[in-house]
Amino acid sequence: MPIRKTMKTTCLHSHHIALNALMSPFAGYDMPISYEGIEAEHNAVRNNVGVFDVSHMGEVHLAGDNATETVNHIFCGDVRTLNPGQVVYGMLTNHSGGVVDDLLVYKFSDTSYLLVINAANIEKDLAWIRENVLPGTQVTDLCEDTAELAIQGPKAEETMLNVLGVDCSDLAFYTFKVVDLPNGARALVSRTGYTGEDGFEFYAAENTIIDAWEKLMAAGVAPCGLGCRDTLRFEAGLPLYGNELTDDITPIMAGLSMFAKLDKEEFIGRDALIAQKAQGPAKRVIGLEIDGKAIARHGYDVLDLDGNIVGTITTGYHSISLDRNLAMALVDAPHAKLDTPLQVQVRRKVFPAKVIKKRFYTPNYKK
Amino acid sequence: MSNTYFLKSHEYARVEGNFAFIGISKFAAEQLGNVVYVDMPEVDDEVEAGEEFGAIESVKAASDLFSPVSGTVVEVNEDLADNPRLINKDPETNWIIKVEMSDPAQLDELLSPEQYAEVCAAEKH
Repeated sequence: MPIRKTMKTTCLHSHHIALNALMSPFAGYDMPISYEGIEAEHNAVRNNVGVFDVSHMGEVHLAGDNATETVNHIFCGDVRTLNPGQVVYGMLTNHSGGVVDDLLVYKFSDTSYLLVINAANIEKDLAWIRENVLPGTQVTDLCEDTAELAIQGPKAEETMLNVLGVDCSDLAFYTFKVVDLPNGARALVSRTGYTGEDGFEFYAAENTIIDAWEKLMAAGVAPCGLGCRDTLRFEAGLPLYGNELTDDITPIMAGLSMFAKLDKEEFIGRDALIAQKAQGPAKRVIGLEIDGKAIARHGYDVLDLDGNIVGTITTGYHSISLDRNLAMALVDAPHAKLDTPLQVQVRRKVFPAKVIKKRFYTPNYKK
Repeated sequence: MSNTYFLKSHEYARVEGNFAFIGISKFAAEQLGNVVYVDMPEVDDEVEAGEEFGAIESVKAASDLFSPVSGTVVEVNEDLADNPRLINKDPETNWIIKVEMSDPAQLDELLSPEQYAEVCAAEKH
């Protein structure tokens, strides 16, 4: 099958094709959307275990005597308080407080950090990081050399042990370790994910990832595509960059201010965020439940009861686990309070909706 | 000669007399995955050939539905309101709307089953 030259592929591309996956372009990569079907894969992760090829994600290493100061300058969280082996979620913020990207930061030591960034933002992030690092911190782009699997679901821990030979019982939520695999290869494994379930993210060189994928397939672990990755993260209220976070949507607007450590002395965007927090943001990301059978999709208008446009849908689905029509939306702040009645324009029709908490599904993390 | 005609966008019109039963092809149903909602017009609505008359929602996305022919909606398949997955089970029996055609000559512009099969083969790569 000819692949357009402009499209990148992961090291598992031929494996996806062999599984007859539905493929689609995502962030410049030809990626699997689903294999057996989004619902079956979604349920495998909620009830059992599934594996995702997320090798399109970007990895950037920062090293140097002042690496901690550099990360704390570009990142809205605080990595000084992390121990080696801890992971923290947060954002790179721009000077207006908007989000360049959301990411995981892995701390090896005070002089060494790994940043895991969104595939769609790799070039933008690399340019931003290189422009803003403190002199003396080395930036190394590991995107091309690193592949990644996410093994997610209540049976993820036993799958890691029984299929890959990696004992994760000692890994707490948001911690990681570097492991030597039974075949001698080396990998990084963290108890993290993007599904609202327990699970692991597993980083290694391409041949190691191919070997792990083949073992997981042989063991009957469900291959899962980006389709259910999105339905799972949506139910758990996790943002997707480009939808709930953008260059113009700050962590405060997104309801993620807990990740922006404004008490830190300095980071890019801090002043703007402090001002926004004091005034209150003009818009907020909310959860919506739609009354009716229609599904509110990204970009649809949100209306007040008089029919005025007061916001836009950022993500919407018929929730697979909850069997309700739910959405996240960016709305003018006066309409963001819980229980506010609103409406959603779905093609030619208008459906009633109500503001609810956007953590629709209570995550089952093992802490 | 077959009484079923297709649009490239995967809708069919199955013609009985002056009426066309409009739905989506088996190929489209397979590509969509599980259907969760069908947004249908009302009886007496006018539809135009090549224009949108509704939408079909899978888990992943909404897809617009285009009418192969012009005419008046005389019936909508109410079974789909409660059970949209009928489309996955048998999209050819489970039509979406029944239209009284205003210009049956439009059928000449549509694809035959053989021509449509070629469109599907090309989309599969």
